[in-house]
Amino acid sequence: MNLTLRVWRQKKASEPGRLVDYPARDISPDMSFLEMLDVVNEGLIQQGQEPIAFDSDCREGICGMCSLVINGVPHGGHQATATCQLHMRHFHDGQTITIEPWRAKAFPVVKDCVCDRSSFDRVIQAGGFVSVGTGGTPDANTLPISKKDSDRAMDAAQCIGCGACVAACRNASAMLFVAAKVSHLAQLPQGKVEAADRVQAMVAQMDAEGFGNCSNQSECEAVCPKEISVDFIAQLNREYLKTVIK
Amino acid sequence: MTLDSKIPSGPIAEKWDKHKFDMKLVNPANKRRYSVIVVGSGLAGASAAASLAEMGYKVKCFCYQDSPRRAHSIAAQGGINAAKNYQNDGDSVQRLFYDTVKGGDFRAREANVYRLAQVSANVIDQCVAQGVPFAREYGGLLSNRSFGGALVSRTFYARGQTGQQLLLGAYQALERQIGLGNVQMFPRTEMLDLVVVNGQARGIVVRNLVTGSIESHAADAVVLGTGGYSNVFFLSTNAKNCNTTAIWRAHKKGAYMANPCYTQIHPTCIPQSGDHQSKLTLMSESLRNDGRVWVPKMPGDARAPGDIPETDRDYYLERLYPTYGNLAPRDISSRAAKRVCDEGRGVGPGGRGVYLDFAEAIKRLGEHVVRERYGNLFDMYERITGENPYKAPMRIYPAVHYTMGGLWVDYNLMSNLPGLHVIGEANFSDHGANRLGASALMQGLADGYFVLPYTIGHYFASVKRDPVTIDHPEFKKAEESVRTQINRLLSIRGKRTVLSFHRELGKIMWDECGMARTEASLKKALELIPALRDEFWKNVMVTGEGADFNQALEHAGRVADYFEFAELLCADALHRNESCGGHFREEYQTEEGEAQRDDANFAYVAAWEHKGVGQPAVLHKEPLAFETVHLQQRSYK
Repeated sequence: MNLTLRVWRQKKASEPGRLVDYPARDISPDMSFLEMLDVVNEGLIQQGQEPIAFDSDCREGICGMCSLVINGVPHGGHQATATCQLHMRHFHDGQTITIEPWRAKAFPVVKDCVCDRSSFDRVIQAGGFVSVGTGGTPDANTLPISKKDSDRAMDAAQCIGCGACVAACRNASAMLFVAAKVSHLAQLPQGKVEAADRVQAMVAQMDAEGFGNCSNQSECEAVCPKEISVDFIAQLNREYLKTVIK
Repeated sequence: MTLDSKIPSGPIAEKWDKHKFDMKLVNPANKRRYSVIVVGSGLAGASAAASLAEMGYKVKCFCYQDSPRRAHSIAAQGGINAAKNYQNDGDSVQRLFYDTVKGGDFRAREANVYRLAQVSANVIDQCVAQGVPFAREYGGLLSNRSFGGALVSRTFYARGQTGQQLLLGAYQALERQIGLGNVQMFPRTEMLDLVVVNGQARGIVVRNLVTGSIESHAADAVVLGTGGYSNVFFLSTNAKNCNTTAIWRAHKKGAYMANPCYTQIHPTCIPQSGDHQSKLTLMSESLRNDGRVWVPKMPGDARAPGDIPETDRDYYLERLYPTYGNLAPRDISSRAAKRVCDEGRGVGPGGRGVYLDFAEAIKRLGEHVVRERYGNLFDMYERITGENPYKAPMRIYPAVHYTMGGLWVDYNLMSNLPGLHVIGEANFSDHGANRLGASALMQGLADGYFVLPYTIGHYFASVKRDPVTIDHPEFKKAEESVRTQINRLLSIRGKRTVLSFHRELGKIMWDECGMARTEASLKKALELIPALRDEFWKNVMVTGEGADFNQALEHAGRVADYFEFAELLCADALHRNESCGGHFREEYQTEEGEAQRDDANFAYVAAWEHKGVGQPAVLHKEPLAFETVHLQQRSYK
């Protein structure tokens, strides 16, 4: 099939960007979205033009590197699907597809569709860990953890840190990302010890990075490739409240 | 130069404890005087960087991704082995050691493997303490499953995302140290050269991938945890940007490359769907517990699978290997799939695929049971192929996904270049010629948490170094050569893209040096590769500028290194006149088609010394002594 791509091109953070149209010809429905972009980029390079910059790595939906807003929806709007797992069979011949980077104050554009998500790393640095050093830990089976708690911790822990939740939110809030980490660790006895300090520090850092507030629209859950539930935002609020009301 | 593996003396079970006592220590107050560069932030790199920083060393950590959390360890699905014997099924350090040596087809170093088995239990304790949500039983204790090559259940797992959870544990430990100011992190930064001063590894030259600036970093030691080289085949299950540049450029600076021909091909991947394909995706081996593998009996049978009656189907694994059936080991299953496709009986586009059929399982167990066991894998298959595997059989084909070879290291995980340490998949030491499932995660974390933090201190305390800064002429020289190469790539302005060269190189490697190799095919590859490399340097088109975010340039540098590395891989495969593990030379097989080792002539590690691009590398041999496990033919019958 033949498509028209309307792609965000921006030389660098300090320069303005704009949407540029490119034809995408002879696209097979079996291609992944990123393979389609590979084909378009090959054509651009052969014409001596700079290819469209976009992030991707594992291309199997787990590393969280890929980050495209496709027709206005982060990752393209297919359930539990990251950009790299989206395939062209979901598009039709003659369609125009708009491709943009994540847009958020805390995710400045690096080039074209590539953005800087180091704010997420700094939120983790603030407290998204258990303060144990290497060695001297007790036997792994010393502390039984109910399967229910462990499963719920895993539901939260599978966040891939892609940032689609932020990109989908009209306030560019990072609540779902922060909630996933706070809930993962607060759910387990190993993480409970520092739960109060953690939630305080991570929320403070989230605010300092310029992420917005949550207004309970749940757009974040809808685009999350790992289907992380907004229930965890409730848990984040609860964990936070516990540290304020004693 | 003689290769000294520095294996401690004494009985195998006591070597590591004895060595830990014999190694020199660094006074805790002095540790901050020593600086370490860690390249790579996967399981090995992140765990090493965090552990070293906790001990007090000054650490700089580098990764090419935008965050250390995205290293390719994150994609590991199945699990991590450890000799805990929680299932009371007879597991022990001795048994994990034995299984790993045998699984590696007797081409690994016994002492290293024993140590790996010993510290495996600590790795699980560490991860649980970090909050890794491993699967649990209703009683609250940890759950295990079994994996290939073992008769016990020793694999710990977190759904199908074990690598992700282990990496996030190490990443969080690393971020904690970054937050404390003990680690300086350099994301989107690629190592492009190793700097050697007075024979010692003293730093690296990197390119900032955002600005394109070339920068030097000096340290007392350099640690490479940069993963494997599967992408030399272009199509593999590795992430797109995984590359061999760090270890290859260290090799060109004098580090020996060991056993590059040991590459593992996984039998159950989603087949290529066309020439546009950019990577391959693994489908967990566990599917073969209930799926049946078959192809049509007749070549060229174009009927839909449902229209092919039982009498016209060949369940070839069940026919050829009645005892193991569909759970035949990886290398055997992969080669069998290739054989039936070579006979023209492959299915799907291009005829490179075999069916993995669940119809019988769905009939026997009901669709809901199959969904419960494999639902997420079926969903992933449908997302990629657009086919519903509950209705029609899956199509699978083998693909490259792990490399056992890597830079040569001694028992201390140090290469022949003093100060250069190599950990995880980037080194060669623990898996011999074939890695067992769930052992890669174990090795990466064992090296980073529990081996390197001990051995690097011994290096600092026992080897004298002069003070070196980035003003040293060797840094300037390395920076200059990096800049020269970048400028050369950008100035060719030829007609072919980097990707087209990478694809063609990958095809040569897969066709001539893939699942089955012969003297003739390898000789052919050794003619084709240098010719294509020459064309690359004359006709490649790299757009953009050096001082900018430039992904085409990044890729070009990596492919340039693959061209050189590929030649060494083929030369190693050609010299090894035997079959072992993932290295299968068609000339050396038993009557039943099994790999036939030649222990009398090849029970050694082949460590290659670089002598210049296009020049034959010089072979150094480290003989392998099997004092504890007796050499035997692996049998799957």
